[in-house]
Amino acid sequence: METSEIQGRVLKILTPYVKDNSALENAGAETNILEDMKVNSARLVDVVLAFEDEFDIEIADEDVDSVNTVGDCVTLISEKLS
Amino acid sequence: MGRIITRDECLKLIPQRDPFRFVDEISLLDEKQVVGHYRWREDHEFYRGHFPGNPVTPGVLLVECMAQCSVVPMALYLSYRDHEEAAQITTLFTDATMDFLGVVLPGQRVTVRAEPLFYRRRKLRVRAEMKLEDGAVVCNGELAGLGVFT
Repeated sequence: METSEIQGRVLKILTPYVKDNSALENAGAETNILEDMKVNSARLVDVVLAFEDEFDIEIADEDVDSVNTVGDCVTLISEKLS
Repeated sequence: MGRIITRDECLKLIPQRDPFRFVDEISLLDEKQVVGHYRWREDHEFYRGHFPGNPVTPGVLLVECMAQCSVVPMALYLSYRDHEEAAQITTLFTDATMDFLGVVLPGQRVTVRAEPLFYRRRKLRVRAEMKLEDGAVVCNGELAGLGVFT
């Protein structure tokens, strides 16, 4: 799967949790999910479960600790898909 | 690994106390389901204002009751099962989506049944339903809480 397609699907999943829409509109690999998009950290588990359903993958809890940006999400999902 | 707590032990561990305690009994508790009960005391102070001459239990307190009868005890059960340091974890409300279908009057007893949708990274989300003693559904929806170290 192309990186751009993964990123598009990641952003779609993040959309309902984003509090700063301008960060979403300008989102790129470096966009920080908590600090830029203002996603509530308590929602991260919901986001990860949505990734698992969307891409039919399993993400270990310890993998989540390294996810800070949209690019981190794309990289993690790409690794799980490969 | 932790240990399995009993229903009575769980009830004692629920941290909320009067006047903000809305659970009397836990009648069923395991990793797949929880059933809690609460009778709304007629002398609750808030009935004087909600509404004058026509007391009805506020929806926001029904949601709190739902949480204390479902997310809180199940999170305690799962925390103690999975974490040796469970006594240091407090589960805080994160979000809820609720539909209200009926009202609860002073003196009525409600039963809350819930099942977990997921429990990961100390976050628990449940699907729950509150009913009156005659079986009428009061409200249903999803509630979630996150265990934080305190």
